[in-house]
Amino acid sequence: MDRLALDVAHLFAGGLVLVSFMLLYQDRMSGLVNNFALHALVVSLAVAWQAHIQHAPHLYITAAIALVVKAIVIPLALHRIIVQLGIHRTIETVVGIGQTMLAGIGLVALSIIVMLPITAKAGTLTQQDLAFALSVLLLGLLMMISRRNAVSQVVGFMSIENGLILAATGAKGMPLVVEISVAFSILIALIVIGVFLFRIRERFDTVDIHALHEYRGEQP
Amino acid sequence: MAIALNLLVQFAQMALVLALAPLFAGFVRKTKAHLLRRRGPPLIQPYREVLRLLRKDVVLADSASWVFRVAPYLVFATTWVAAALVPTFATGLVFSYAADVIALVALLGSARFMLALAGLDVGTSFGGIGSSREMLIASLAEPAMLMVVFTLSLLAGSTQLSSIAEFMQASDVGLRFSLALALIGLVMVAIAENARIPIDNPATHLELTMVHEAMILEYSGRHLALIEAAAFLKLLLYVSVIACVFFPWGIAVSGQGPVAYMAGAGVYLLKLAAGGLLLAVFETAIAKMRVFRVPDFLGAALMLGFLATLLLFVTMAR
Repeated sequence: MDRLALDVAHLFAGGLVLVSFMLLYQDRMSGLVNNFALHALVVSLAVAWQAHIQHAPHLYITAAIALVVKAIVIPLALHRIIVQLGIHRTIETVVGIGQTMLAGIGLVALSIIVMLPITAKAGTLTQQDLAFALSVLLLGLLMMISRRNAVSQVVGFMSIENGLILAATGAKGMPLVVEISVAFSILIALIVIGVFLFRIRERFDTVDIHALHEYRGEQP
Repeated sequence: MAIALNLLVQFAQMALVLALAPLFAGFVRKTKAHLLRRRGPPLIQPYREVLRLLRKDVVLADSASWVFRVAPYLVFATTWVAAALVPTFATGLVFSYAADVIALVALLGSARFMLALAGLDVGTSFGGIGSSREMLIASLAEPAMLMVVFTLSLLAGSTQLSSIAEFMQASDVGLRFSLALALIGLVMVAIAENARIPIDNPATHLELTMVHEAMILEYSGRHLALIEAAAFLKLLLYVSVIACVFFPWGIAVSGQGPVAYMAGAGVYLLKLAAGGLLLAVFETAIAKMRVFRVPDFLGAALMLGFLATLLLFVTMAR
């Protein structure tokens, strides 16, 4: 594999980590959803490029699914949801973007330190994909625990799935059936979550999940 | 002989940056005025400002101590030495053997330290606000700058700006994502450090959110002239650093003939014009940020620097 091909793969995979950070930084609802669409676009580009250099045509299908479902359908649905919830102009009160970013950097460093020695015997492409995929996954989890708004948590959850796709691309021999079923389960998850968001709003007049804590009898 | 030539190049470079710095600031102002459909001051207006200030008497506050009087000279001297370290039209500068890019960051840091001290010295509340805000910005901008420097040094295997520029120019660097991140981070740091628009407005004197102007409000006469000149130099320095590291084409390598030096100087002027144009367009297009958003902006720059270094480790693990 020549160096340029690897460098472009590195560009897309590293770009995915960067867009994960942009998700952490973004505090406007509609900006967040647009950023998520960009996230999905970058992951589909990364997968398509790796399909090209690995000569694995079935990965093109994965890329197409990621592009259609997650870069177009889900963002449109989320836009509809946030407009209907009336929160499309809200600026979320994020506690300490700076600290979250630093924690994120720590997570990226951790995943690189963990993944590089473990995958030392695998090919460079797999090594780099796995390291970046773990970072994207951990950043998605960080997003889920640092945000109060339920919609941002959904976006964090979806970005975790993008990280999983990247990991699956690097690993050899992931059957296409699994990928298709994962994509569909994500769609179904979106529908279920959408229903839940409206239920939460109906019940508590807000999608701030701290309302749930009080309901459970915890101290705010 | 080679050393004599390098020494000559070094002094030519020092004279060049000093001569060009006000012109560059004037060019940015003129372009901004044109973008707003105004005529704007002539290109040489910054020279006139500095010369006029040099002729005027100094008015000192009663409470000013020696720190206040000494600071402008030290600020100007450190900034000029820092600017002398950046290869503008040729590499192989003599000074770069004595001080690398980390020393450059330290020189700029000490200039900032002295300016902040001077802002506090007179005891007006405005100067104090300016100094404290400057330190807030610096505490994030400096580590971000250092992370970018580490990325470049790891890649080039050297901390000397001359060697980094030669490395970027000569070998096939390839497509490096880390370099793109480092470039964006460095541009953000440069905007913050030079008090350009999203962070601070260089065109006003009276605004509650201003940072740089608040610190130097008490200065007048030749002191103010030196501080203004240092600010022009600093802007030119950052643009030159970005140009020589990320767009090193055309820089004459030491040992080439005079034709290469002339070509290097011409290309450098073109790069400056492009940089000034981009800066003016960016400043016109964007609105000023609230002061409390500044840590987020610089936190993003710091994050980009960190990320560039981390991603570099993944690439180097091959």
